[in-house]
Amino acid sequence: MVGITSYGAYIPLQRINRKIISNATGWSTTATSLPGEKAVANYDEDSVTMAVAASIDCLTGIDRNKVGGIYFATTTPPYRERQSSGIIATALDLRPDIRAADFADSIKAGTLALLAACDAVKAGSEKNIVVCASDCRLGRPGSAQEVIFGEAAAALMVGDTDVIATLEGTYTLTYDFMDQWRADGDKFNRMWEDRWIRDEGYTKFIPEAINGLLKKYKLSIKDFAKVVIPCIYLREHQAIAKSLPLDDKQVQKEMLTTVGDTGSSHALMMMVAAFEDAKPGDKILVASYGNGADAMFFQVTENIEKVRNRRATKKYLASRKDLTNYQRYLAFREVLPMEMGLRGEVGISLISLMWRERRTILGLCGAKCKRCGTTQYPYLRVCVNPRCGAIDEMEYYRFSDKKGKLFSFTSDALAYSISPPEMYGHIDFEGGGRFAFNLTDCDLESLKMDMPMEMTFRRKYVDNVRGIHGYCWKATTIRA
Amino acid sequence: MPEGIRDKVAIIGMGCTKFGELWDKSPEDLMVDAFKEVIQDAGIEKKDLQAVWQGGPQFCEVSVGHCALPLSQTLRLPFIPVTKVENMCATGSEALRAATYAVAAGACDIAMALGVEKLKDTGYGGLPEFSQWAVIGTKHRIIAANQTAPGMFAMLATKYFARYGIKPDEGKRMLAMVSAKSHHNGALNPKAHLRREVTVEQIMNAPIVAWPLGLFDCCGVSDGAAAAIVCRADMAKSFRPDFVRIKSCQISASSGEEEMFNEFDYTHGECSTRAAIRAYQEAGIKNPREEISMAEVHDCFSIHEAVIMEDLQFSPRGKVKDDIMSGRFNLDGAQPIQPDGGLKCFGHPIAASGIRMVYEMYKQLQGKADRRQLKNPKYGLTQNVGGNPYRNVASVVIVGP
Repeated sequence: MVGITSYGAYIPLQRINRKIISNATGWSTTATSLPGEKAVANYDEDSVTMAVAASIDCLTGIDRNKVGGIYFATTTPPYRERQSSGIIATALDLRPDIRAADFADSIKAGTLALLAACDAVKAGSEKNIVVCASDCRLGRPGSAQEVIFGEAAAALMVGDTDVIATLEGTYTLTYDFMDQWRADGDKFNRMWEDRWIRDEGYTKFIPEAINGLLKKYKLSIKDFAKVVIPCIYLREHQAIAKSLPLDDKQVQKEMLTTVGDTGSSHALMMMVAAFEDAKPGDKILVASYGNGADAMFFQVTENIEKVRNRRATKKYLASRKDLTNYQRYLAFREVLPMEMGLRGEVGISLISLMWRERRTILGLCGAKCKRCGTTQYPYLRVCVNPRCGAIDEMEYYRFSDKKGKLFSFTSDALAYSISPPEMYGHIDFEGGGRFAFNLTDCDLESLKMDMPMEMTFRRKYVDNVRGIHGYCWKATTIRA
Repeated sequence: MPEGIRDKVAIIGMGCTKFGELWDKSPEDLMVDAFKEVIQDAGIEKKDLQAVWQGGPQFCEVSVGHCALPLSQTLRLPFIPVTKVENMCATGSEALRAATYAVAAGACDIAMALGVEKLKDTGYGGLPEFSQWAVIGTKHRIIAANQTAPGMFAMLATKYFARYGIKPDEGKRMLAMVSAKSHHNGALNPKAHLRREVTVEQIMNAPIVAWPLGLFDCCGVSDGAAAAIVCRADMAKSFRPDFVRIKSCQISASSGEEEMFNEFDYTHGECSTRAAIRAYQEAGIKNPREEISMAEVHDCFSIHEAVIMEDLQFSPRGKVKDDIMSGRFNLDGAQPIQPDGGLKCFGHPIAASGIRMVYEMYKQLQGKADRRQLKNPKYGLTQNVGGNPYRNVASVVIVGP
């Protein structure tokens, strides 16, 4: 049977309370009264880095050589031309002989990627496809979108063995419904009238897709343990549920007040959350929204108990830090163009070098000496162990999935950073190996010598002159 | 054991510009200024030079550029061999070592080393951005963390404090003593960049650049040039009676194991330690703490000077604090360090610093150090570290009568 074999999620550490946004912009607008907070990607995160983090969570305990494909859904890829799923595959150190694809341009891309992965596995073309979805959509300061949008990523693996939830049925609606749009070159989303989107969009498409699925497979809504309904209006979320009709306990909780509308990962985040609480035998219905709607019907198996050791939405939700400065949020997203000084200027990226060293740079692969066993970063042809020194006896060794200890650290007010002070330190990896990395999502006060650390894929720089997004691995304290 | 170069080569002339933010001086001006002094001091003419080594600049792109042509053309050297060498902050010492080795080898009788660096054309404080330059290999350039020199040396401090159980306040005070001492000396030196005494309290309360290093824990950034003319020791007397002999020139470059192999403790300098051991062997020094009268060391940051005292065996490992607090390294102490004010007060025009340090030892040995003059110094030692505490090139030069 084809279905979901693993799940994972990623929610950035920082959350901004919507009151902080309204305090800053309320003088000009009363765009929305949505309560709660939303998740904010750090200055060094984007849709690609968050997708890598969610995929790592999803791949917990899974041999990465078994991954046969990677599908990435987003409406906010860093490049118009350069495959984001290729960056993600390299960062995850996946095999090159796999199928990678980007699904874009609609917030329904998340479920569309999932449907495509299920079809590919069902057809026998691929095995073990990781589907990840992630978005960093921007609303103009003072807009409703700025308040609604949040940033997070979800990942699901699709396969035909050890399935935790089998895909039992699907129903898809496609409408050229222009509720939100962003033309080529636009930084911010635009939208038509709020009430029209609510009444003609969410309130109609989601019930139509769900009822279409029920009718197609002769099911009753009562059969489902959980129903995922992504909706950017809290009241309509309840109204749609009531109209189906659903009991309260059947309704998967919206994440609007904790994470926000995360675009292409919105429905998948809620789906992952549903799996976190699911029991074997549960039927789960997942609806998505965006230029129409999808509905998918899953049957949970006893294998679900084998994948409980994920951080997923619960642990990432609990691991949080307040972002109390609205201007800082704007600077992170380059909405507020801060002075960076001459020191902050970005030099030319040597693309051919970056290709040659892709496993070192994007994959955080170092070397393991076959003669003495010393693990070392970066990969150099001569062993670093002074008692060995073997030449050309190295094999690649992945450090990105190794935990480490903080061997040294400082916080640096001189180095250029969008979020100063810049932090860095040396990481001593479990199993050996040491290198200096920037530290992220932490502050000087929280650091102690020898504390456990883990690696996280981040954006190193954006070269706006040449249109290049540089990525790297940083170290951070253990999130959850 | 090789025979070494001890006493085979003598310094017969030296020159050193004033160091500072020399907005009106080009690197070419600095080369000419250092050359005028060195050639006059040696009492020779340009045509007497048989080979020249140009140290640096290290940061070519904001200075005179690559290769040795900037020097040969600026000084109108008459078609003699001129070579550019660079080895990070040890560049000046490396140029002197090259000239010394050439004379010791008999390849030439009289040679010059000149180090020059213009840092104040970058448009910002501190060193030029490392991330823009392939200073440490293509792989490193692209995977190195975004870090600056103060931060990399700050980690030496946090690690040293942690290893030896020094509380942050105690540690800050120890480091402040290092800088206060150098400021005292620098105030006495007309060629220094920073010429103001500062108190330990001022230093401890200064803004933090990279914890625990504050503003006064960091050396200045400046422009400057320095030069030395060396000749066969048996010829030296014909030029001047008070020539200075070179006892040793040693260099040690990291294998990379400090950064990438888990055994390095990050509380000492491996290259400095090894270069010092070799230099003492070459110079015949048995007890550095007693025999070395004075030293100019690489105090780019106060913590580095402290740790170097242990690398050079002036203080036992983990015990430098006692020597710092007791004033051993002050101008009137048992073993004065940075009598000229050090990098702290001269700033650090990378390729010029090594020769500037030897300049002070030379003047001290000749009794020409004015208000900073020490009583009967015998051996003087200079030491540079180019790079950071875990990946560097270290040099040790010993001079004496």
